[in-house]
Amino acid sequence: MLSVRHLLGIESLPPDDILAILDLAERHVELGRRGAPAPGGLEGRSLVTMFFEPSTRTRASFELAGQRLGAHVLNMSMTSSSLKKGESLIDTALTLNAMRPDLLVVRHPASGAVNLLAQKVDCAVINAGDGRHEHPTQALLDALTIRRRKGRLQRLTVAICGDIAHSRVARSNILLLGKLDNRIRLVGPRTLIPAGIETLGVEVTDDMARGLEDADVVMMLRLQRERMDGGFIPSEREYYHRFGLDAAKLARARPDAIVMHPGPMNRGVEIDGTLADDINRSVIQEQVEMGVAVRMAVLELLARGRSRGAGGGDD
Amino acid sequence: MTEPGRTILFRDARLVEPGGREGPGGLLVRDGLIADIAWGAVPDAPEGAEVVDCAGHVLAPGIIDLGVKVGEPGERHKESFRTAGLAAAAGGVTTMITRPDTLPPIDTPEALEFAIRRAREVSPVRVQPMAALTKGREGREMTEIGLLRDAGAVAFTDADRVVRDTRVLARALVYAGAMGALVIHHAQEPMLSAGACATSGAFATRLGLPAVPPMAERMGVARDLALAEMTGARLHLDRITTAGALPLLARARAAGLAVTAGADIHHLTLNELDIGDYRTFFKFTPPLRAESDRAAVVGAVADGLIDVIGSFHTPQDEESKRLPYEDAAPGAVGLQTLLPAALRLVHAGALTLPRLWACLSANPARLLGLPQGRLARGAPADLVLFDPDLPFVLNRHDLMSKSKNTPFDLARMQGRVLGSWVAGRRVWG
Repeated sequence: MLSVRHLLGIESLPPDDILAILDLAERHVELGRRGAPAPGGLEGRSLVTMFFEPSTRTRASFELAGQRLGAHVLNMSMTSSSLKKGESLIDTALTLNAMRPDLLVVRHPASGAVNLLAQKVDCAVINAGDGRHEHPTQALLDALTIRRRKGRLQRLTVAICGDIAHSRVARSNILLLGKLDNRIRLVGPRTLIPAGIETLGVEVTDDMARGLEDADVVMMLRLQRERMDGGFIPSEREYYHRFGLDAAKLARARPDAIVMHPGPMNRGVEIDGTLADDINRSVIQEQVEMGVAVRMAVLELLARGRSRGAGGGDD
Repeated sequence: MTEPGRTILFRDARLVEPGGREGPGGLLVRDGLIADIAWGAVPDAPEGAEVVDCAGHVLAPGIIDLGVKVGEPGERHKESFRTAGLAAAAGGVTTMITRPDTLPPIDTPEALEFAIRRAREVSPVRVQPMAALTKGREGREMTEIGLLRDAGAVAFTDADRVVRDTRVLARALVYAGAMGALVIHHAQEPMLSAGACATSGAFATRLGLPAVPPMAERMGVARDLALAEMTGARLHLDRITTAGALPLLARARAAGLAVTAGADIHHLTLNELDIGDYRTFFKFTPPLRAESDRAAVVGAVADGLIDVIGSFHTPQDEESKRLPYEDAAPGAVGLQTLLPAALRLVHAGALTLPRLWACLSANPARLLGLPQGRLARGAPADLVLFDPDLPFVLNRHDLMSKSKNTPFDLARMQGRVLGSWVAGRRVWG
């Protein structure tokens, strides 16, 4: 069981909960790799996913996680259904709540929208990304990937590179890695570094060579082209020249440094295609695998915190 | 509104003279006007006079609230002249200076006349309307400032919309200035603040909200002050919310420009941390600021650099607030909470009651050329009687406004209005 009723962000998640999720996820990874049958555990429970933003991988990952646990999974594509008819987010939530699902996975383009929704429903809510605020399961799967590769999740130097300003992945990762006592460097053009981010205990630089120096982990972010209202960078080719990860820039990091990316990648913009596919350095495919395991753990632990079919909670 | 022949004696009051003294005394009201003021011992009531025993509570000129939004025309479901007037009376506001940012905006004499007529029919307190500075509040062409003034507009403003085109604002200032009409403008660099709903900094970054640097206000103030200098016109900046804008304003004042400035009660009493977990009742334009900015602006109010405090009453229905923070409508109702919220500054020792009252009544009256708002013989008897210490917990559903969007819901406050009078006629209590 977790100490929280919903997973809205890493900020409100205590370190013990983080480790409980990672430990359980680890077991799911081992079972999965051994080809063990799906473990079940959520039979008779219902999981609804509501994505107000297009998504392929996160949604598929949650869906698969739910199915492997034996839950009924219902995918609601909110970009196409009631929103077009003018139904508000709250009304959608209340309608859904009346169907009494056990678990609700939500992605929304506005920061804080998932928090708002969680106040109105009885089920456990999992934030699958809200605006530029948080994406907690991504940070958890990144943490699991790092822990498996590095053998620990403390005292590592992690460089998070690229479009920090528009990235919920960056925020959740900074919070998670910070809680577990790691050294975090943010590398990116100053136009894409949000004001006051230093108060989260990170170092900031716009020089990849300095930012990657002796790093154990190099985490690349996607350049969020669809969020850019223009003028943050002069061109994609200049961005690639200065901040795109290639072998030369990576040479500044520790020889055993791993390369991560939350996907989907813009090859040739923030990362060199060959490097992304280099199985000796890139753990990008492993991140996807960890994603399913972490989401299984989250669903299971939150479901355990609820009495069957009831809306019970602690707040 | 006046009641000829009627005489009222207010006795055993603590009188507050805006920008002046404060002390025990009484008032004699006759024919809707203040007939006499007595400091210290109050003479006996004249024969036939009604006597109001103030029991030592504060008696001051009624509040003149500069910048009230009423939902007429267009959004009467959010607020009507009647409900706004009731909220005003209950809050000690005896004159509402209404904003033109209605649907459609008040940018023609016909629209203005509609508002004045509706106000006269149903509002228990005085209403003095402002008109738009540019047609449709679109910032392209000035409105019929002369006709609107003749029809009763007391000032010209596009409310929270910045007139982006500097040439348009310059011409409007010259034109209005020549006839002595007051222009009120919202100083803000419009491109930097586009799409923002929070102030840049650690808090906005943590919440992941699109943010505007506080410097955007200083930039807007710099441009507007330059225009005031260039045109020599009178200019009032509606609300100053950042420390960075204050030195510019002080320099302009020292140089003798006819520039005045206002502050918004919410920015004087709340800061960005109050937004907490995306609480949309705390969403304002401009957004709430850091505590250091709030404190600096309060200091400027105390020093006299800022002249006016208003509620910027902005009714919003539940639907426009029950949205993700970025999508929610900005603004809060304030007519009924302006007084207790402002008293927080007095109780905290930041302002004296006479200084507060200069900002709440005498200064807005002077800016707009209104006879009320003063504690003086011959002034209209628009008065508020209140207990500045009475504690209470605010319940938003008790507010008289049709909309209940206040950031002070469940807040502990001090200060209750016991009675309000407009031209000697009791409208509350």
